[in-house]
Amino acid sequence: MAELVKVKINGQEFEAEKGKLLIEAARENGIEIPAFCYKEGYSLQAACRMCLVEVEGTPKLQVGCTLPVDVNRDGTPMVVHTESDTVKAARKSTLELLLTNHPLDCPVCDKGGECELQDMVFRYGAGESRYTERKVHTPEKQWSPVVFFDAPRCILCYRCVRACNEGMGVGALGIGNRGVVAEIIPNKHDHLECDECGACIDICPVGALTSGIYRYQTRPWEMNHVGTICTHCSDGCKTTLGVRDGEIMRGNNRDSSGINGEFLCVKGRYGFDFVNHPDRLQTPLLRNAAGGFDEISWAQALDLVSKKFTEVKSKNGKFGVIGSNHTTNEENYFLQKFARQGLGTKNIDHHRTGDLATLFDALSGKTDALASMQDVYTAKAVLVVGSDLAQQHPLLSFQARANYRHHAAHIYAVTTGEVREDKQAVASVRVQKGGELAGVESLRDKLKAEANLVIVFGDTVQGDALRKLVAFGDSLGIPVKYVGLVDYSNSRGAYDMDLLPRDGGLSREQMLAAADLDVLWVVGANPLKSAALASKNACVVVQDMFLTETAKAATLVLPAASAYEKNGTVTNVTGEVQKLKQAIKVMGTKTDLEIMGSIAKEMGLNLGIWLPEKMLEEIRSTVHGYNVALPVLSSGAAVATQPLNGKVAALPGTIGSAGDTLFTSGTLGRYSKTLNSVMEAPGSLYGGKDH
Amino acid sequence: MLQSYPEGKKRSAVVPMLIYAQDETGAVTAELIEEVAKRCEVTPLQVDEVVGYYSMLHRKPQGKFHVQVCTNISCMLVGGTELYDQACKKLGLGHKQTAADGVFSLEEVECMGACSWAPMVAINYDYHHNVTPEQFDALIEGLKRAQ
Repeated sequence: MAELVKVKINGQEFEAEKGKLLIEAARENGIEIPAFCYKEGYSLQAACRMCLVEVEGTPKLQVGCTLPVDVNRDGTPMVVHTESDTVKAARKSTLELLLTNHPLDCPVCDKGGECELQDMVFRYGAGESRYTERKVHTPEKQWSPVVFFDAPRCILCYRCVRACNEGMGVGALGIGNRGVVAEIIPNKHDHLECDECGACIDICPVGALTSGIYRYQTRPWEMNHVGTICTHCSDGCKTTLGVRDGEIMRGNNRDSSGINGEFLCVKGRYGFDFVNHPDRLQTPLLRNAAGGFDEISWAQALDLVSKKFTEVKSKNGKFGVIGSNHTTNEENYFLQKFARQGLGTKNIDHHRTGDLATLFDALSGKTDALASMQDVYTAKAVLVVGSDLAQQHPLLSFQARANYRHHAAHIYAVTTGEVREDKQAVASVRVQKGGELAGVESLRDKLKAEANLVIVFGDTVQGDALRKLVAFGDSLGIPVKYVGLVDYSNSRGAYDMDLLPRDGGLSREQMLAAADLDVLWVVGANPLKSAALASKNACVVVQDMFLTETAKAATLVLPAASAYEKNGTVTNVTGEVQKLKQAIKVMGTKTDLEIMGSIAKEMGLNLGIWLPEKMLEEIRSTVHGYNVALPVLSSGAAVATQPLNGKVAALPGTIGSAGDTLFTSGTLGRYSKTLNSVMEAPGSLYGGKDH
Repeated sequence: MLQSYPEGKKRSAVVPMLIYAQDETGAVTAELIEEVAKRCEVTPLQVDEVVGYYSMLHRKPQGKFHVQVCTNISCMLVGGTELYDQACKKLGLGHKQTAADGVFSLEEVECMGACSWAPMVAINYDYHHNVTPEQFDALIEGLKRAQ
């Protein structure tokens, strides 16, 4: 730890690390120095002049965001005043200048109510302006379907420019012209070609950058803010949904309290709009004689399913159960319990997108070998094998970049094509698919010299290759942790909750290929998108939000609630459990847990109370490593789990990532208007794709 | 040119590289921005920012004689504004305009660091000191004859 020195702020003496920025030292001691351009974790700008403070012994006001704490030359502590009359007057003048060309259209501005400029003017009061010149006005611009720019509102704090350059590693924003006509410019003259992540909108202290789907829709104070977990990729970012009258108005990073901090990608921010897609199923559907569907009531539907399940069970028929990568742990747990205990079948599986079984088996006997999301940010070195993180795991990519930026971590990439990590990488190795191990081997000497390492690998490394990768990690003689990439929001949870064809059960492919299958029960998955069902007489029961390829082939379709419409928990790619919080309800749908619970009740089975809290209790006491601390979970934090540390039997079936990009998300992505509207824009930014 | 800069500081070469290139090509074009970005290992947007910032970098070609009249305070006090008005009239051009025949272009510029000899005019890289409207006319006539 750095040397501590004394510093006196507003008459109180504190200890602070020598060299720490004054604004930070003050903040740590509960004193706020206001600032627009200063943003923790990004490079210093000193552009806004809001953080001016008075330092005794210095004739002029000093900029608090770039002033390091130190003792005076005579050894006495620095004496700082942050709220003296001089300082207040200076801030008021700064605000007057910032407002010179500001349109003051707060009554219609999206940011009104949560605007930093508004707050500051409220506090320091620049109630009048001495300027009589015409304000410089430029019309608003649309840079992409989701990003709008209103130049007159901009205070040129450069936050968006830095967030895009440094945080995202994209660099799509810059400053054009100078003086009074200076403004933010996008990388393609009149439009943006970028990740469309909206970080610039989030970080904008004023209403200059606004979101295409949220702008002019509502006021911030009219919404309830529901912090839940994004239902798209497996990184598990917290997204705060702004809900008004049962409708999700926006997703953002309101309090930056999730494992993702200030990060959110295009999916987390805008990808919620599938919930009210016109094709959303809101009533159970039964196949009729003509091959079409009839709408039926829930009572009829549950009656039909339970009778069919009971009938097939009683004649010892063959069930096939396919679970989901998106449903909650509670639902997945209940489903496997239903299958194993209720239906007496071992034929249960889900779309496995990463070889977790082999990973856990290869790590058997080791402790602390699985990296957390935080580890990717703190490790001395990160090795990415066979995945385009920026495309498929944007948070992991962000963490690695932030690690490089803040801790000068060594990044390595072994991929089939150009990836964003190349820019930070000490070494990038290009390999053919399947040649990953040779690529990793070529880095041996460099990796050996690292203090510790996190290896992040995609589905291209599985089975034997994965065992060899772990053996390679062991041979380095340094602490190595692993992240086995999986695709979706609860892919890891589906594995942990045992939606697996263990002990001779049929895998997904085997179920589809079994000609004598009597019932295929698909909960939130779309296995028939890429495969055909061999059994012609099977009763196919599908729980889904949309009429997917699988649902179209169903005998009975039950409309399910999405992750934004339910409570429960999900486990992210790094094995951290987080709580889903229900934001809205969609008429006619039921959560998968309620559907399954109702079927169980109709069948007369006792599988426990189908409430998320009750199921979580059972999971905590029965699933290895899931005895998570409830208070921590309830507070909205992520809790690490530890999978069973021991031999894991090999499973039948194939493993493969769906190869989604930043702008696709399986079935959900197909029904998201916003994701589809921005899809075609980028692409050229990233050279190769792994899939 | 990049050899004159320390390792890892290639971006420092952006401004001189643009100026030299502009002297050769007459204007900063999109292709030029791409090329400079590539050579200096920055994004084209970052080069674009520089081009937007510096008034001596032009996106459109200038006349053969680029007439720059200062109207900042020192020049303004001793007739800079009148001189600029005279220039507009004489050349029939406005701020940042180029004549159709491409011989002259005009620009009202900020201080060029010759306040001691105000009012001043710069034509391309040549400074002309203590210029009166009459001298300005003579200067332009001389250039017309010379070309």
